[in-house]
Amino acid sequence: MSHLDLLTFARGSALNWALMLFVAGVILRLFEIYSLGRKADLAVSRTEPPGSGMRTVFTRTLPPRGMLKREPVTYISGYVFHTGLFLAIFFLAPHIELFRGLTGLHWPALPTALIDAAVVAAMVALLAQLANRMASPVKRMLSGVGDYVAWAATLLPLLTGYMAYHHLFFEYTLMLTLHIFSVELLLVLLPFTKLFHAFSLFISRWYNGDWFRRKGVAS
Amino acid sequence: MSATLAKGVNAFKEVIDAPIASYFSSCVHCGLCADACLFYTETGEAKYTPIHKLEPLRRVWKQEYTLLGKLGKMLGLSKLVTDAELTEWEPLVYDSCTLCGRCSMVCPVGNDITYMIRKMREGMSASGHAPEDMIAATTRAVNIGSPMGVKWPALQAQIKHVQAETGIEVPVEKEGADYLVLMSSMEIINFPEYLSGLSRIFKQAGVSWTLAQDAFEATNSGIQIGASDLAREIVSRIVVAAERLKVKCVISPECGHAFTALRWEGPNLMGKPYSFDVKHILEVLDELHAAGKLKTSGMDNRPLTYHDPCQIGRRGGVVEQPRRLLGEVAADFREMPDAGVMNWCCGGGGGVSANTRAESLRLQAFKVKKRQLEATGAGTLVTACANCRIVMEEGLEHYHMNVAVIGLTELLAEYLVEEDA
Repeated sequence: MSHLDLLTFARGSALNWALMLFVAGVILRLFEIYSLGRKADLAVSRTEPPGSGMRTVFTRTLPPRGMLKREPVTYISGYVFHTGLFLAIFFLAPHIELFRGLTGLHWPALPTALIDAAVVAAMVALLAQLANRMASPVKRMLSGVGDYVAWAATLLPLLTGYMAYHHLFFEYTLMLTLHIFSVELLLVLLPFTKLFHAFSLFISRWYNGDWFRRKGVAS
Repeated sequence: MSATLAKGVNAFKEVIDAPIASYFSSCVHCGLCADACLFYTETGEAKYTPIHKLEPLRRVWKQEYTLLGKLGKMLGLSKLVTDAELTEWEPLVYDSCTLCGRCSMVCPVGNDITYMIRKMREGMSASGHAPEDMIAATTRAVNIGSPMGVKWPALQAQIKHVQAETGIEVPVEKEGADYLVLMSSMEIINFPEYLSGLSRIFKQAGVSWTLAQDAFEATNSGIQIGASDLAREIVSRIVVAAERLKVKCVISPECGHAFTALRWEGPNLMGKPYSFDVKHILEVLDELHAAGKLKTSGMDNRPLTYHDPCQIGRRGGVVEQPRRLLGEVAADFREMPDAGVMNWCCGGGGGVSANTRAESLRLQAFKVKKRQLEATGAGTLVTACANCRIVMEEGLEHYHMNVAVIGLTELLAEYLVEEDA
């Protein structure tokens, strides 16, 4: 099998399978959550509350008062990593082409040099997070195999993408193939690891904000 | 009631709902909740990380309500919850959590960790892993009517004393009154100034109110220990009395968790909405103030600060009212750092103060309150929860701090304009 054949497989049936498992996994996980339901609250809610579920979905993105100072590494590396990953996924020209091929939708790309810098920053942030996870007694205690697997599965697409773009180590076709495989691995793992927070955090924040809304507090 | 592991695990299964499934799904193990918890910040011990306190509940969720977890369990790969593990977790779930709710305000993915601890306690108590002192308090609340064993004659004695002191009749069993007033045992035993202050304020404002002989205790250790059946029994006494006396509103006293029990959990425990309102005393006083019925004269010149009880502020939405009321009587009011919905707990909520085993940890956790207080330089600490009050008095004593603690109702009564007097 030539590198080109491998690439064809990666972009073809492998991608289809990965996407299918990803979509099925996300639907399953959402079903697992929502099917448990929630009892209606019989206590009378406060009127004109300052908060709401939707408000918390947005506001929880910012650190609460005093927290940034207590945990600067966690917050800053978190922002840098998520921003870099988001820009790379959605604003790199070849990725937009892929989305156009899949959905017909497209939008303007950002300059490649900017994405490149964002990806480097994201990888540095991931390294900082790993170091922080291993150094902090709290994070170390909370961490299991799943945390390190999720970390590696997130780093690989960034790293392979960066290496493919800069023609490092392997021949471009092979590197691109590895990049696509790494994304497929991420897609398959996402619904079944903590990476699912990419979806469920909106649900969690909403429930949180809604609980506090009824009590008359903006959370 | 015999408690077994199977009952506990069943209770875990029963309490897990969509929010909890979503919360466990979302946790990225960032550990930020630790920085919101006074038991972690004041000890530096990783085991006090809030989300860690839920580990047994998390595994039950995973094994019972996720496909991968179920597969793991079928194949015998899962670590099942054991009695030994729950014994180990008991101090984490009870001694080092006051259900203060700070972690729920901080979690970046939005997990309401406090909500989960409250639910987890249902399984802990069903499996026989609740602290002895809390079991005893709950038993007294169910059998005697008060977690501290206070009976009606004790309150009757206080009523007589208050009547003699104020010359105002304390109404008892008055059908058709607007308000049913509840007390906490702590107020009956330690803080008689609450009832006397309230009588005077209500007299001046022309409020029609009453006490009920069989429902004067507002506290509810059932919700602290996590026994919904007992919590329901305790709440139902109040509901029955309120309906019998046909009051429009029940007033929750200066007590944090009583407000949570009565205002937010009560209707859900009873399985139906109330036919009356429930308000915290601060809400009632604020309404009287807004209506011009609560007149005060003179200002307190002492430097004062206010401690927001967690269940009244952060978990109950009563934050502005105490500040408006204090604005009337405090000339030198100073906010603590993090005041309001991010205030730090006194360290004794959620049943912790009733649990003697937790005492040294609670006093250690009080260091954060000490720092907050010192930042204000205030010598008088006002609050609206008798439990916070006693816990803070103990903490202040322990750290040799010369700070007086008073209830807001009693402070207002001190500056009340009494037209008849």
